[in-house]
Amino acid sequence: MAALALALGAVLGYAALRFKVEENPLVEQIDAILPQTQCGQCGFPGCKPYATAIAAGEADINQCPPGGEEGIQKLAELLGVEAKPLNAEHGVPKPKSVAFIDENICIGCTLCIQACPVDAIVGAAKQMHTIIAAECTGCELCVAPCPVDCISMQVIPEKIGNWKWRYPVIQIKAA
Amino acid sequence: MRTLYKFNGGVHPPQHKAESTRQPILAAPLPALLTVPLQQHIGAPAKALVRPGDRVLKGQMIARAEGNVSAAVHAPTSGTVRTVEMRAVPHPSGLRDLCVEIEVDGEERWIERRPLDANDPGVLRHRLRESGVVGLGGAVFPSFIKLNPGNRQKIQTLVINGAECEPYITCDDMLMRERADEIVQGIALMRYMLNAQEVVVGIEDNKPEAIAAMRAAATQSDAPIEVVTVPTIYPGGGAKQLVRVLTGIEVAADARSLDFGVQCFNVATAYAVHRAVHHDEPALSRIVTITGNVAAPRNYEALIGTPIAELLRHAGEKPDTTGHLMGGPMMGFDLPATGVPLTKATNCVIAKSRALFPPAPAALPCIRCGECARACPADLQPMDLYWFAKSRNFGKAQEFALFDCIECGCCSYVCPSHIPLVQYFRFAKSEIHAREKEKKAADTARERHEFRLFRIEREKHERAERLAQKATEKLATLQAEAPSAETNAKQAAILAAIERAQAKKAGIIPRNIDNLPPEKLAEIAEIEARRAQMAAMAQTKDSKAE
Repeated sequence: MAALALALGAVLGYAALRFKVEENPLVEQIDAILPQTQCGQCGFPGCKPYATAIAAGEADINQCPPGGEEGIQKLAELLGVEAKPLNAEHGVPKPKSVAFIDENICIGCTLCIQACPVDAIVGAAKQMHTIIAAECTGCELCVAPCPVDCISMQVIPEKIGNWKWRYPVIQIKAA
Repeated sequence: MRTLYKFNGGVHPPQHKAESTRQPILAAPLPALLTVPLQQHIGAPAKALVRPGDRVLKGQMIARAEGNVSAAVHAPTSGTVRTVEMRAVPHPSGLRDLCVEIEVDGEERWIERRPLDANDPGVLRHRLRESGVVGLGGAVFPSFIKLNPGNRQKIQTLVINGAECEPYITCDDMLMRERADEIVQGIALMRYMLNAQEVVVGIEDNKPEAIAAMRAAATQSDAPIEVVTVPTIYPGGGAKQLVRVLTGIEVAADARSLDFGVQCFNVATAYAVHRAVHHDEPALSRIVTITGNVAAPRNYEALIGTPIAELLRHAGEKPDTTGHLMGGPMMGFDLPATGVPLTKATNCVIAKSRALFPPAPAALPCIRCGECARACPADLQPMDLYWFAKSRNFGKAQEFALFDCIECGCCSYVCPSHIPLVQYFRFAKSEIHAREKEKKAADTARERHEFRLFRIEREKHERAERLAQKATEKLATLQAEAPSAETNAKQAAILAAIERAQAKKAGIIPRNIDNLPPEKLAEIAEIEARRAQMAAMAQTKDSKAE
């Protein structure tokens, strides 16, 4: 009996070391729901810090405008709390956009490159900069630092590639 | 005699096929302007190779395949490129897409052609990719990919789909009646590429002429081709349903029939393969059924890019037409306008009228009668899927195998409450696809953000290291230059000079005051005291400022 207990204890001990959970899994789960725009509208410097704050109970679940109502719903489900409307203090949901640099105006100051949280701007000092549209999360963090206001946010247009079937509209009365 | 299997459900809608099979296939007249979309296939859009003003020849590639899953696009006839711009295309969204507009010169001048003969399968597949051959049954998936068996298990059965189960559509029927020999030659090429053991052509029993023509052609061929009559039932011509009927194999949504040793192609695709290989004729035209509310319903062989309105006009569209369907009445969609061009996917255009397509009655609540489940050929429970799609409970919809739905429309057809079930399923599917895309983008953004943080940290670290390195280097050089006697003497001289200067500064004493009267001496002493006081004040001020 004692030998068995020892053996099992050894197995458990080994397993605890071998399959050690590195980070708080709740943070990971919350982070997986957040949209990863890294825009900081929630008041934290990125999605991960916000997720950490939610997990620690230091932030509310309704501070992420890009995640929208659906994000709040998912967070509420995960955390087992009541869903609540988005806190307007942190902004309102906007249609998904990408930044656009007017390359005729850009002076090559690199301020936007330093501001971009996902390294989606290419350029060098005194060289024209440009956005890698496919990597841009639409966080708008590059807009404010630009000294010549050459960055604008452009709403992603609906194209055949990203078109979605609409929710069916049911006729109440026969036409 | 081959054992045929059955699938669950299916429906028998009125066929309306006789109208458009009375006349042979007619070559549509050359239009003045062709609008050729660059995306007529599943996969990445083709990349334009021409610019406005370029002269193009019939069969010349005007856009090349981009990436692995893509197909080239060719000039359907000779002429001049007018624009490469966004134009309305036949798509349920009614949105525009990039198209090449060609002003037709009417000369039909061909580019030089190099027909291939029996050859390496890889060379043949490359030819098909370069020729823009895609599945013409409706899915428009690039054929060269499906014709690559890879290192997987041997292909047992090549299924050729001539079932054409959807009402109104007769383009495959007419093609089989008139060009069976060429279809069979294409089938032989496909069999060779796939190294398939047997070939089974499935044709529904409502097409006796096509069956006879195909049987006659098959006996002429060296390839072991068996033409099998399958019962007429919708959607018996769905690839999965036909494979099931002919082989008994059931293929799930996330699996490919290739994994079960079966591959399925449409008869029109076999014909296109033959034309591309033996005649070096890329996918320039297709057979399209123009039917419904027209005076002379029939099949046309029309160039890709022909305005659908012109075909309708030729067939004598009646004035009381209320709209147009592309595809059949079960799976087709309403065309946003008839100005859109014919594409590789356009197998049929139906002019609608109130008599042929009475407006759908108002949808009523679901009574959970289960008719839809009885009709579903994919063994699903549409009433449950409807519930989940309607409430946007997409996770649950996926659990109930939403992606096994082939959108055949049987459930909507039988629903006594007239609920547009398929529309709900399409909505749910595209929402799920969009979410998956977003999720992928978010994962990329997270990765990039984390890498950025790591990079900033690394740069900080590297800078600190560099500075530390510099400091130690400096110290080392200073220590290496041991103070020599010469520099010592120099430094001593400098110090002595500084001391002398300071002593000089401090030692300024008023001269010639020996013979002055005492009151003058007192005045001088007073001034000296004030000076000293001011100097002291300046000193304290300086130290404060510091």
